[in-house]
Formats: sequence, structure tokens, C-alpha cells
Amino acid sequence: MKKKFFIIIFLIFSFSQKGFGYSSDPKQFITEIVDEAKKILVESNTKEFKTKKLSEIALRTVDIKGVAYYSLGKYRKNLNDEQLTEYHKLFEKYFLKSFTSRLSDYSDPKIDVHSTEVLNPKYTIVKSLLLATDKKPEVKIEWRVYTKNPDKPLIRDLIIEGLSLARTQKEEFASVIESNNGDITKLFDTLKEFVAK
Amino acid sequence: MIRKLIYTTIITFLLHASWAFAGTEGSEELKKSNSPDSTKECFEGVSRAMFKFNHALDKVIFKPVAKGYRALPAPIRKGTGNVVDNLRSLLTMSNNVLQGEFGRAGNNAARFGINTTAGILGVFDPATKLGFEDHGKEDFGQTLGAWGADTGCYFVLPILGPTTTRDAIGLVGNVFIDPIYQITHNTKIENGVVGNSTYSEHNYYYYRGTGAVDFRAKNIESFESLEENSIDLYASLKSLYLQNRAKKIANSTSTVATQDDSDWEEIEN
Repeated sequence: MKKKFFIIIFLIFSFSQKGFGYSSDPKQFITEIVDEAKKILVESNTKEFKTKKLSEIALRTVDIKGVAYYSLGKYRKNLNDEQLTEYHKLFEKYFLKSFTSRLSDYSDPKIDVHSTEVLNPKYTIVKSLLLATDKKPEVKIEWRVYTKNPDKPLIRDLIIEGLSLARTQKEEFASVIESNNGDITKLFDTLKEFVAK
Repeated sequence: MIRKLIYTTIITFLLHASWAFAGTEGSEELKKSNSPDSTKECFEGVSRAMFKFNHALDKVIFKPVAKGYRALPAPIRKGTGNVVDNLRSLLTMSNNVLQGEFGRAGNNAARFGINTTAGILGVFDPATKLGFEDHGKEDFGQTLGAWGADTGCYFVLPILGPTTTRDAIGLVGNVFIDPIYQITHNTKIENGVVGNSTYSEHNYYYYRGTGAVDFRAKNIESFESLEENSIDLYASLKSLYLQNRAKKIANSTSTVATQDDSDWEEIEN
């Protein structure tokens, strides 16, 4: 009975690792994501299929809540609980649309994940290279991986040729808020418009 | 005269506009005073109006030109890009010296010598294969940054595009230290300055214009993606421009040095 129990536990664990789990090693984690994305981004797949599957990957591997907080910067502390809940929902939709739109135009990308740089116990940078094609030059892509929970790493930023997408987004959000005299609800309206278009 | 002025203006815009798009080389340490988000606007209202004007101009002129260039066979584009980069390396070399980066200046001199001769006037890049790696471009704005000059404020020039006080001064400085500019703009041999009618001013603008078109063509999709996914394109480009300039001034390849981690700490609380 005890043996059967362990076998069942083992099978459940093995299945969950294969179906939903990613490696806890940051480099392997990114390699697995890249391999998964490559299979989705084959030319024969429709844009709708790519968008759906990339969204699923993002939901599993990106710390969307963390990126949402980061993007709001100092304005986060001005939000009440109700606004924060609304912001999270909006941000997730905005992020997934923006993220998948940026990637779904790529077909058969060739990405070489080659090294890592441990910044501190909370962050590791995984370095990769999007190889050049006839039309596009080679692009350095670095992934800021949040490793506070070492068993479940999560992506927090993409740094393309040294330019942080999260920082750019944060400065964009700040610009929208500041150009509306600090009214954060205008940012919500802008995000709603983006999601709806 | 007017034709020349229009031509010069278009080329200058292309040269400068290309700096606003995603960067391709360089890096450095972000000091608080020079961090991108601490850079203030000089006059945002005017800059936003200028940005709209430049963006419209890009849509009707520069992007179609870049798309036309993209239609050329890949080896021709590659060779063209190499020739331009080879000539551009002379300005980089001048700035290497001014920044005290003599090792990089020597490396660039070797690259220029090898690529101009064995590489057939720079069409090919045998220097990289021989171990003389390309460390990226330098300009006088970067040199001023390396000397410790503050960024100043951010603004957008009509035609010329995004800049800062420091980079605008650097743009003028480039003219004095770019050997190609000096050769093409000194049509007589005077006081030992090399130049003759073969190297007319037009050649300088052909070379810089071609470089800008090549860069714009390489970034068509990146810019389209940015346009499509930005909720405030002006702010996005400002952020990318300032990050790119800060990265180039530091001349470091380490992400630790180019990204300010304290930003991420605030979300832990």
C-alpha cells in the first residue's frame, strides 16, 4: 500500500514537472522557454495560435505582478486596494497583448542562450543572442530572472542590446500620468484603449 | 544652394533619427546624476510638436527609402554597411584618443588598415576574423560624457530628432574631429591639410546618408513594433535614446553596470 502510494506520488510529480514545470536553473529555465517559443513561432502557425500559446507561456514564466508594480514606480503607493486590483487586471491584459504582439511577428527565430551573470541572490541575468538573418542584424537579448524563490524562477525584464523594456515601460507610464497632472485614472483609460484596439 | 540645403537637412535628420532607435553597441556605468530618468525636459510641449513633425517626415520619406534599400540583395547591403562602418571608424578612432582609450584606438586603426586593403575598401571585414573585434562607434557627445560633462536637458530638434544639451554640442564637435569631414570639406591643400577636388563635400553626405539608411533599414520592424505597442511613443523613444546614450558612454558590456538595480528594490516593499 505504502509502495503504491509512493508510485502514485512519483507519477503525479513527474507529470507535473513535464507538463508545467520549468528548470530552477536560470539558464536552463530560459533555454526551455526559448525552445517552447520556437515550436510555437513556426511559420505555418496562425497569428492567433501564436498569440494564445505565447500568452500561456508568459502567464507561467513572467512575474507579471512584479513588472506591474515596477512599471507604476512611485505612483503605486497612491493607489487604494480597489484601484490596485483594477490596475493588476488591466496591466495583465496590456502586458499579454504587448508581449505577444512583439513576438508573434517572428518566424523560426534562432536564439542561442549562452551564459549567465548572477547579480545577487534575487537576480540572475541570462544572456542570449538572436542570430542575424538576411534582413535583421544579430540582437543581444538578456533576461532578468527573479530568483528570490530559487525553485521557481520568473522573468522580470528583457534587456535588448542593453536597453531595458521594463524601464522604458515605466518611463512611458510615468509620462502618461505626469502629462495628466498626476491623475492615475488617465493611465487606466490609456491602458483600456490599448487593450481594446 | 537650396538643393544642397535640403539634401544636407535630410541627411542630417537621417543620421540623427537613427540614434533614437534601438542601439546596437557600447555600454557603461549609470551614475545617479546621469541616469536616463533623471534627465529633465527642456521644453516638452515644443519637443512633442517637433517629434510629431519628424515622425510624419519619417513615414513619408525615410521609411520608404529604407524599405527600398531593403529590397537590394543581402550581399550588397552587407557590403555597403561595411564600407560605411569602415569610414565611420575614423571618427570613432579620434574619440578613442580623446577619451584616452589608446588600446581601442589602436584596434580601430588596425581594423581600418586591414579592411581598407585586404577588405577591398571596406566591403569585407577580414579584421574581425583576424581577431580585431569591433567595439562599437564613438562620437564627441560620448567623449564629453566620458569627460564627465552632464547630460543637460532633453529636447527634440526639428529634422534633427532627439538630443540632449551635451549631445547637441557633441554633434557640432564631430565636425572638427571627423577625418572624413575634414578631407571632404577642405577642397584645397592648405597648411598641410589634405584634400582636393576629388573629395567633394557631397561625398561626405553620401557616406553619412547611406549609413543612416542602412541603419533605418535594419530597424524597420523594431520601430514598427515600438509604434504599435507604445502608449506614449514620444516617452518610449526618449527612454530608449537616453538609455542608449548612457550605455555607450560607459563602454562596458556588463548589464550590472548599465542597469540601475535600485529601481527593482522598490517593489520589494
